[in-house]
Formats: sequence, C-alpha cells, structure tokens
Amino acid sequence: MKVLNEFKISFPSRSVNEGLSRIAVSAFAAQLDPPVDELSDVKTAVSEAVTNCIVHAYKNTVGTIEISMRILDQNRLYIKIKDKGCGIEDIEKAMEPLFTTAPEEERAGLGFAVMESFMDKLSVRSKVSKGTTIIMYKKFSSR
Amino acid sequence: MTTIEGSENMSVKIEHGEDILTAYLSGEIDHHSAKAMREEIDMAAGQAKPKSLILDFSAVGFMDSSGIGLVMGRYKFMRDIGGTVTVQNPSVPIKKVMRLAGLDRIAKFKELQIK
Repeated sequence: MKVLNEFKISFPSRSVNEGLSRIAVSAFAAQLDPPVDELSDVKTAVSEAVTNCIVHAYKNTVGTIEISMRILDQNRLYIKIKDKGCGIEDIEKAMEPLFTTAPEEERAGLGFAVMESFMDKLSVRSKVSKGTTIIMYKKFSSR
Repeated sequence: MTTIEGSENMSVKIEHGEDILTAYLSGEIDHHSAKAMREEIDMAAGQAKPKSLILDFSAVGFMDSSGIGLVMGRYKFMRDIGGTVTVQNPSVPIKKVMRLAGLDRIAKFKELQIK
C-alpha cells in the first residue's frame, strides 16, 4: 500500500464542524479528480462518522475528533476518523440499520448503513471508555 | 413567506397554500442544521395543519442521514393528522440517501420541471 499524500486534522466535537470536516476531506480527495457522485458518497460517509462522534462518543461533552486522510495508489482514498469518547459496547448492534440510541434527536439509525453502502470498505474498532476508530476506503473510478 | 436563517449554511422558507404547506429547504442538511429546520417546519405545520406537506429539496446541496430523520419525523406528524408528505426535487445524491432508508415507500416523490 503506497501512500502518495496524507493530511491530518483535529477539531473539537462541535456540530458546527460537521460541514467543515466534509469540506476538508473533499478538498483533500479532489487531488484524485474523483467523479462528483463518488466524492459526494465520501462526503456523506464522513458526515455520518463525524456526527456519530458528536452525538454518541462525546455525548454531553466536547472532545477531540481526529481525521487522517491518505491518497493511496490505484486511485484510492483512505480515511480514519478517531475519537476518545465513550466507545461502543456492542458494535454489531450499533451497526444494525435503524438501531439508534438517540431517537429523541430524530436520529434515523442509519449512520453505519450509509458508511457501509457508500464506501468500499469500512472497519470499526472500539473500546468502552477509550474511544472508537473508523477506517474507510474508497476507490475512485478513473475518468 | 417566512424565512428562518438557522445557521450560516441553511434556511427554510415556508409558503402557505390552501391545505398545502410547502417548506423550501436550502443549504446543507446535517445534524447541525436539521434541528432548526425541523423546528421551523413543525411550528408552521402545527399551526396550519395542512392536508399536504411538501418538502422542497431543490436548493439543498448536501444531505446526510439527518435529513432522513427530518422527513420521517414530519411523515409521522402528517400521518397523525391524516395528511401526506411529498418530497419535491431532491438531487440524485440526496435521492440515493433517501432510497437507502426506504423513504420512497412512505413519502411521495415529485420532480418539477426546472423553471
């Protein structure tokens, strides 16, 4: 796996940063000149992951969210989104479509379903009280 | 028409018609912006109790699953008062998110010709 470029950002888990994080990832990914629809998939997946950190990992508190991005060979984008929040007790359950622990906020419970379906690969590592790390890959079609 | 600027990147314009309430959403719908949007729509819909609520997505540039919660919540409200929800002019990527959630099974979809 050859890393052609990389970029890291970290920011506090305030909802105003959801939009900024999408813009940062999409600006970085633009180096691969991705098709618009595929870039939109990445933005949506990043938005879901960052929102999970804000709504769940750092519920009622503010912590740091870290995003590491890499451009890999073969037109591939790697994104790692890491928090040091509450962690996920049951990852399998959390990834079930429509499962949510925040119905009062009208969360649809589709965050992981979107990440899984819009990206090529998704892995979730989590430890209760330590935090969660999400790694996603997307291979862009060449134009 | 009333306009609310909930944050720097979104707004809702409400248009009242006979038995119809149209909410023109614009900007980006995410967890950050969705709350102000739904509060605005609920206030208008709660007062007007329309038979039909149209959510217009023509000017929405981005939406994640927070938009699903927004449509589902309004669908439940309209169902309770015996009305319907129509999703109007969503872009292709927005439709992709909506389809993933099966929103096409509960709300009507309508495409208008671009003026």
